[in-house]
Amino acid sequence: MKAGSRLEKLLNQGEFVATAELGPPKSADIQLIKKKASILRGFADAVNITDNQTAIVRVSSIAAGKIALDEGLEPIIQMTCRDRNRLAMQADVLGAYVLGLRNLLCLSGDHQSFGNHPQSKNVYDLDSIQLVQMCKNMRDEKVFQCGEEIRNTKKSDIIEPRMFLGVASNPFGDPFEFRVVRLAKKIKAGADFVQTQCIFDLPKFKTFMQMVTDQGLHEKVSILAGVMPVKSSKVLQYMKNNVAGMSIPDDLIRRMEGAQDAKAEGAKICVEMIHKMREIPGIKGVHIMAVEWEEIVPTIVKDAGLWPRPEVAAE
Amino acid sequence: MIVAEQKDITEIVKMIEGCQNILVIGCDTCVTVCLAGGAKEVAILASGLRLALKVQGKEAEVHETSIERQCEKEFVDALKSAVKGHDLLISTGCGIGVQTIAEQFPSLPVIPALNTKLLGLPEKQGVWVERCQACGQCILDKTGGVCPISRCSKSLLNGPCGGSQNGKCEINKDIDCGWHLIYERLKALNRLESLAEIMPVKNWSTSRDGGPRKVIREDMCL
Repeated sequence: MKAGSRLEKLLNQGEFVATAELGPPKSADIQLIKKKASILRGFADAVNITDNQTAIVRVSSIAAGKIALDEGLEPIIQMTCRDRNRLAMQADVLGAYVLGLRNLLCLSGDHQSFGNHPQSKNVYDLDSIQLVQMCKNMRDEKVFQCGEEIRNTKKSDIIEPRMFLGVASNPFGDPFEFRVVRLAKKIKAGADFVQTQCIFDLPKFKTFMQMVTDQGLHEKVSILAGVMPVKSSKVLQYMKNNVAGMSIPDDLIRRMEGAQDAKAEGAKICVEMIHKMREIPGIKGVHIMAVEWEEIVPTIVKDAGLWPRPEVAAE
Repeated sequence: MIVAEQKDITEIVKMIEGCQNILVIGCDTCVTVCLAGGAKEVAILASGLRLALKVQGKEAEVHETSIERQCEKEFVDALKSAVKGHDLLISTGCGIGVQTIAEQFPSLPVIPALNTKLLGLPEKQGVWVERCQACGQCILDKTGGVCPISRCSKSLLNGPCGGSQNGKCEINKDIDCGWHLIYERLKALNRLESLAEIMPVKNWSTSRDGGPRKVIREDMCL
């Protein structure tokens, strides 16, 4: 056991895991965090708490994660390289750990030009691969990035933060052939689990997974396939045209256009996608990205036959 | 070379308020090549300022001159007689030029007519692109001669982020993905395997982050 998080234990148990996402509010609205947490409780094994997603200021992922933890969820704290240097990152890893948070997802982060402070300075002191490596060294080598041991004084005990480390992988970014190399690098750097970009283009994803399994990467890391329920064909069209690194087949857009009840169809497509993911060798779970649509997660989880969620076995 | 761009003239007009004898100083080096602050641009700017002052009904003289390099004290010192009698200097040099003039003529105010933009090259007629951020520790040997610090919008060191699509950067379809360029270049050089290695955390202390920098060549010091 590396970190002993619930997510790690369930994966070790061989469960097909389901994670979800909780976007913190764009205000000091603690009730919204609690509300979202109550919707997701019991329907996801762990929940990603996003970190200023799309470069828009929100309640910090660690603060929201602590509230989610108190509300009975298992948070996965997202950390981007955009807003912090190595001092702040390590301070926040220590901080998250002392608050009882045990999963960390290391990301590059959307460029600030997308968000509500496009005139800000970005940091990128480290990139996401170096961030995973640093956190792994904090956990396994018990040292800070500078090489110093993680202890208060020379005489005191080493008390290191033990995080279960995740990374993202976008099989649809370019150059396509490099995507598996990049994943291998992330594993080498210390990734324990991977959450992929949301998948709409199944054939391309299968090609990617074939390359992953050919190299045996699925045996070194737990891969959770990203799925996203969408409310309308417009959302798909928007993502196709405006979100870099997305592959969205036209027939899917047509299917959504033709739907009588677009929301129900979007959820149905997501459930179908989960079933298809379960059949792909090397997939250990799904990551349901219901962005600002947390209410649909219970339905999807139930319809996909993933409810009730498993318990951690007694040791 | 250093690439700069002239500020909006209304901004410059505001900066010269209340001055009577103004000298616009051009630079014959980088900013001449990038068509921002050479003798020709000085002449155009000076005319524009004279016109603006006339429209405002203000009595002020605007003179013009240009020197070979504003970034060297020797060249700037040669302006001693030219600056006499002026109460404001306008530099159309890069930020370095403005500061050299300020250092050499401490009793006179100097204002910048340009915004210094980047270290780069002309890509085609009228278009200049960035190539270096002067990070102080060159890694071009590892990246096929394409700089990820200046050409990746996030200065990543271990390959393209998930926002790379069709060779373009997520922030703008007009920007090449620096890492895509590196990938293609290393592929052509048959050196793709080097991208599988994790590039370690960068030492940014050699860049601006380490504070104002200085290069000392003991063997050249007098």
